[in-house]
Amino acid sequence: MKPPVRVVVAKPGLDGHDRGAKIVARAFRDAGMEVIYTGIFQTTEMITRTVVEEDADVLGLSILSGTHLHFAEEICRHLREQAAKEVLVVMGGTVPPPDIPKLKAFGVAAVFGPGTPTAAIVEFVRQWHQAR
Amino acid sequence: MDPKDDSNPPKASADQSTWQSTTLAASLRKVPVRQDAFTTLSGLPIKELYTAEDVAGIDPARDIGFPGEYPYTRGVHPTMYRARPWTIRQVAGFGTAEDTNGRFKYLLEHGETGLSTDFDLPTLLGYDSDHPVAVPEIGKIGVAVDTVDDVHLLMKDIPLDQVSTSYTVNASAFVLMGMYEVVAKSQGVRLEQITGTCQNDILKEYTAQNEYIYPPAPAVQLVVDTMEYAATMMPRYNPVSVSGYHIRDAGATAVQELAFTLAAGHCYVTEAAKRGLAPDFVAPRVSFFWDIQNDFFEEICKLRAARRLWARIMKDWVGAKDPRSWMMRAHCQTAGVSLTALQPDNNIARTAIQALAAILGGTQSLHTNSKDEAYQIPSEGAIKIAVRTQQILALETRVADVVDPLGGSYYVESLTTRLEEESEALIRRLLDRGGMVQSIEDGFIQQQIADSSAAFQQAVEANREHIVGVNIHVEPEAPLPFDQFVLDPGLAERQINRTQGIRRSRPQAEVGSALKEVEAAARGGKNVMPAVVRAVNAHATVGEICDCLRGVFGGYRGPLVY
Repeated sequence: MKPPVRVVVAKPGLDGHDRGAKIVARAFRDAGMEVIYTGIFQTTEMITRTVVEEDADVLGLSILSGTHLHFAEEICRHLREQAAKEVLVVMGGTVPPPDIPKLKAFGVAAVFGPGTPTAAIVEFVRQWHQAR
Repeated sequence: MDPKDDSNPPKASADQSTWQSTTLAASLRKVPVRQDAFTTLSGLPIKELYTAEDVAGIDPARDIGFPGEYPYTRGVHPTMYRARPWTIRQVAGFGTAEDTNGRFKYLLEHGETGLSTDFDLPTLLGYDSDHPVAVPEIGKIGVAVDTVDDVHLLMKDIPLDQVSTSYTVNASAFVLMGMYEVVAKSQGVRLEQITGTCQNDILKEYTAQNEYIYPPAPAVQLVVDTMEYAATMMPRYNPVSVSGYHIRDAGATAVQELAFTLAAGHCYVTEAAKRGLAPDFVAPRVSFFWDIQNDFFEEICKLRAARRLWARIMKDWVGAKDPRSWMMRAHCQTAGVSLTALQPDNNIARTAIQALAAILGGTQSLHTNSKDEAYQIPSEGAIKIAVRTQQILALETRVADVVDPLGGSYYVESLTTRLEEESEALIRRLLDRGGMVQSIEDGFIQQQIADSSAAFQQAVEANREHIVGVNIHVEPEAPLPFDQFVLDPGLAERQINRTQGIRRSRPQAEVGSALKEVEAAARGGKNVMPAVVRAVNAHATVGEICDCLRGVFGGYRGPLVY
């Protein structure tokens, strides 16, 4: 049996809207995953360091401040450079649909908009983990 | 229907229990109710019927009274909207000061009657635009302000003695308030004429919105500084708008929103009293800001309960004697968190119904959300519908023509009382466990909100709670029915260039001296506002002034609670 998925849930930048991040962190925890919630005010460097040090499989980013393109590009690049293994990056928040293809090009595997059931997010992560 | 049912009508019941055992019981045998239990959005039970028995404990003279009189259950003004409709106050802010000034003018042209400003995250957190953490955030969720020069541009052509303006800023509010004063004076407005509001409610930042700089205790003292300064210098200015909005949008129930907000107001007034400022000196200018969610009656009752409980807290707990101290004056905003990304046109209906609840609840001003805000800063077309919604309510529906039209309703009076009792009990619990600051530092309030938020999410996912377009009446995704809002990609560079140009050309010696005075005031436990105004006048930046106090108070990270 595989060890439990290790998930970092992070709030990049100065955005304080953390209701979604907390809900998703709780859903991962309730699904038996090992969750590290960083809290707010995280820089790219802080998030990358947490993922590497915690040997996380998954990084969930929550952004409601319009900085999703900036942080997705930077964080995905840093993870490719510094993480020893492939990390699944998923995102939630207020993301205008035209930005989604750009986020995927940066390396974000999925963008979960407002209204997404947490069960769908958990299932996405679980299937990815099982397929590895 | 079988016509024979009407041929033998049930006998009129003498009381409710007779009705329940005869007419109601017979009906339930034929047509059972559609769910086991009915509750408000906040989980309070809803009975099938409310009668005089449910309001037997309510003393009309003591608990309901008349509008414009203690305990203000029916409204803070005797005439309410018959004299003057509520203020249509849409919050706006993005890009540079020029961009937001343009949006202000667009809103005023379309009939908005008051202004409200959102600032970008660097401004809210006391970073200048050229700080490394600021650069990606410049102008994204509000207007970028670094110096008083930005505020001059922001308020250009807006007569500050005629249009009341609200600033949605908290941790750095003391700086923005100083800038507002300087700009108003430069327009020729006398200090005693300056109207407007600063949100400046730092306590809910630690529990809900998370835009804080300093530890809670000194941050509360900064709020008291602004209360003292405004009461002394700008008596028509509201230095604090104690906010339930963010608490509710973060997931709290109506009871928690009431309790944590009124407890915060109580905290500011009692902390001021500890510094020798009488409640009647500061409390008349404490205002409030509420979230208006989807449970129509609960939200109306929430506003009525807030007025009554605030009046009682101020009069009986704090000992305020000036009736203006007892009045819970409010701004309301329809619930941003209730907007759906799916089928966004439906948000127009949600917002209209929430707006109606705010009006029937007796708000003084109102922001209606735009249908596209689950995605972006509102587009012009969407925000115009939001303004028009308020105008339709004010001009076509006649709901503004009578004061507190739902007063006396068995259900409304009963639920008002229930909300008051539940929230008063929670406030007392907070005070018993050490008060607001203690309950922030140990995460008690954050845990309460997170638990309510999680319970709602579980109800939605289990389909016990319905959201049209999200978990019921779902449609395939369609093209979005609004224009994409696009920020000028050059705005960050423009903002940074302006601020750096000002830093080079300002009176350097005066800036340095004023900043030293700010720091000395904070270190000496003196009111920082006179020194802050001096620094602002010398074109000191938001970041520089906030840094002075970082040196004195330190930073803060709240407990990780989820």
